[in-house]
Formats: sequence, C-alpha cells, structure tokens
Amino acid sequence: MTTPGGSTGSPTEHRETWPLWEVFVRAGRGLSHVHAGSLHAPDAELALRNARDLYTRRGEGTSIWVVPSDAITTSDPDSKGAFFESPAGKNYRHASYYTASEGVPHL
Amino acid sequence: MTASDLPGSGRGASVGARVVRPDGAHAPRTPRDDRRGPGDPQDRHGDVTVDEVALSAELAGGEGRAESADVAEYALWLGDDALILSQQLGAWIARAPELEEDVALGNIALDLLGHARSFLRYAGTYDGRSEDDLAYWRDEPGFRCAWLFQQPNGDFAQTIARQLTASTYLFELYTALQGSSDETLAAIAAKAVKEVEYHRDHAVQWTLRLAGGTDESRRRMVRAVGDVWPYVGELFRDEPLTDRLDGVAVRPSSLQPRFDAVIAAVFAEAAIELPAGPMSSAGGRHGSHFPALGYLLAEMQVLARQHPGVTW
Repeated sequence: MTTPGGSTGSPTEHRETWPLWEVFVRAGRGLSHVHAGSLHAPDAELALRNARDLYTRRGEGTSIWVVPSDAITTSDPDSKGAFFESPAGKNYRHASYYTASEGVPHL
Repeated sequence: MTASDLPGSGRGASVGARVVRPDGAHAPRTPRDDRRGPGDPQDRHGDVTVDEVALSAELAGGEGRAESADVAEYALWLGDDALILSQQLGAWIARAPELEEDVALGNIALDLLGHARSFLRYAGTYDGRSEDDLAYWRDEPGFRCAWLFQQPNGDFAQTIARQLTASTYLFELYTALQGSSDETLAAIAAKAVKEVEYHRDHAVQWTLRLAGGTDESRRRMVRAVGDVWPYVGELFRDEPLTDRLDGVAVRPSSLQPRFDAVIAAVFAEAAIELPAGPMSSAGGRHGSHFPALGYLLAEMQVLARQHPGVTW
C-alpha cells in the first residue's frame, strides 16, 4: 500500500506550527456566538474551514467566527479578587433592591 | 457498512429523548410519563426536557429500484468512483500534515462513502446484490471506477491535485444529474452536490496555498497537477452506455466546458500552467484498471473476505 506523506522529507526536517485560532459558533438565529474551542490553521480562511470540519459536524452551527488567539486579551486569573469580588454587598446595583413606586405602571 | 444496514437502510431513526433531572440522573422517557407541568404540586424537581434529535436517513435516493441493467451499470460507475476515492482518503487519517487536516480529509472520505453507498445500493437493486456484495465481493475487473480516482495518494500535493480535479468534475456531474429523469439518481445527486461543493472549495484553497507557498510546496503542487492530469480525459469520454441512457445519465462530454472554466480560473490564480501532455487511454469504465487498484482493493476487502458475514 502507498504511504500517504511517505515522501515528505526526513524526520529531522524543521516543522513550523500553525498559529492558534479561537472558534465561536452561533447555534441558531437570535443566539450569540459561543466559544466552542480552538484549532490550528495557517490563515483565517482555512481556520474557518477547519472550524466547520471540527465544530459543526453534527449541524451545531449557522455561523462561525474565528479569531487569532493572540488577538484575545484575557483577565488575569491572579487578580480575580480585585476584578470580580467587589460587587459583593453592593445590592443597590440590582434592580430588585428598589421598591417600585406606587402608581407607576410598567416598572 | 454492516450487514444489518443493508436492505432498505434509508430509515429515519431517532434517538430517544431523555429527561435530565437537576440531580444529574437520566431516566429514559416513556410515553405520558413525567408530563407534570411546573404548576403541579407533585413536581419537586422541575421537568427539563431535551429536544428529540431526529437523525435523517443515511442513504439518499430512498427505496428506488434500478429499472434496467444499464441504469444499474451507470449507478455502479458513479458508486465505484466515490467508493475508491473514499478508501484512498481514509489512508490519510492520522497521517495528514496537521490534526485539523486529518479531520477535514476524514470528513470528505465519509461524505464520499455516503455517496458510494447510495449509488451501490441502487445498482444492486437490479440483480439483488447488496452494497456490501458490490464493495467487497467483486474482483478488480468488476469495478468501473475511472483512473483518476485510482491514482495513489502520493504526497499531500498529489492528493490535493486529485481532489481538485475529482471534486470539480463531481460537482459538475451532480449539478447536471439533479435533472436526471431517474428519480433516485436525481435525489442522490441533490444530496451529494452540496457536499462535493465543499470538497472542491477545500481543494481549491489548498491548491492556491501550496502553489503560492514556499518554493518546495509550489514545486510539489506543479508536479502533482502534471501527474494526475493525464487521467482527466477519461472523465469526459462519452460511452455507448451514456448514449443509451440519454436523459437518465449525464453525457460526460457535456461537463467538460464548465470543468475547464473552473480549473482555468484556479490555475490562473495559482499561476499554474495547464499541462499539455497526452491523455491516458484509461479504461476504468470497462474494467481495465490502473495497477494501483488491485492493492487498494486487497486492503479494502481483506476483512470481509476472511470473515464472511462479519459485522463491525
């Protein structure tokens, strides 16, 4: 049997890695794109196609976004406290904190 | 394929829906069971339902039966082209340049296997053979695939060159076959054409990238196009069978202008010259085959022949 890729160079040959992309899939009309995972691809066009092959095999999507992973800035997990714990106790930020005024409809 | 899939496999199976409870337990849903609404005082857990997933029929073309030996033979041609190309692409799994490309080629192979099964099922209805009989129990001279589909995988560029020519041809073929007076062939073509359009796109994208990539990738792409080109001619050769099946089959020569136009556009963008050499006298439609086919069939058929009737 033929060996696919059998003629491709020596094992010591330098091998570049494709850049990483993050994939967002929208499941249906009216929903938002949701992060589905990541993949490698040489460029944006092929990233879209790889995303189609990897993440929409069972009819999961109607639209795909791909974003270079480099382009995403993430919050620092170590500053979780400073970032996300401050709302605790600030009940006045919730609508239910306030009592609706009498006689004001549609509130 | 399994033996249990054989006759009338166009079933619309459905996966039983399950009730998922907040405690994580899954219970099979039985009719009229657990239909209490949120207002029911007995309902302490809420009733979360999962939509039923309706699986569509695996094979296109329904339960149609081939009316004549000629129609069955034509279905065999198309089924064998798809089957052999699918088997070839399967050999890339776990060996493609990247994991993502493994999945892409595997998806394409599975699409083609679906087309092959639909065509072979239909071909077999004429003389009572199953799709498995046709795939596993015919010897080399009994196959009717064109030589292009029998060309070895070679390197990735060669596989892409074969994919480019094959899927461009198949797209034009299935587009035209949708208008066939044979309802089964038209239905199979209507399902397949959308899938083959994606295969063509995949091959075009890679042709452009390999031709416009490094010196080495370009050298390989140009060589690969030259290697597969002699086998393109056979695809567009009219045969007595296609003449007899006017209105049912697509006349092969009628597909060539569209094929040439698409390939010319891709090659122009990729700056690849159209190879000018002579075309092979390939005779796949008559059962004389490229030397590589025997090895491929041996690998494809060995399991079914060593363990007749086995399912897996």
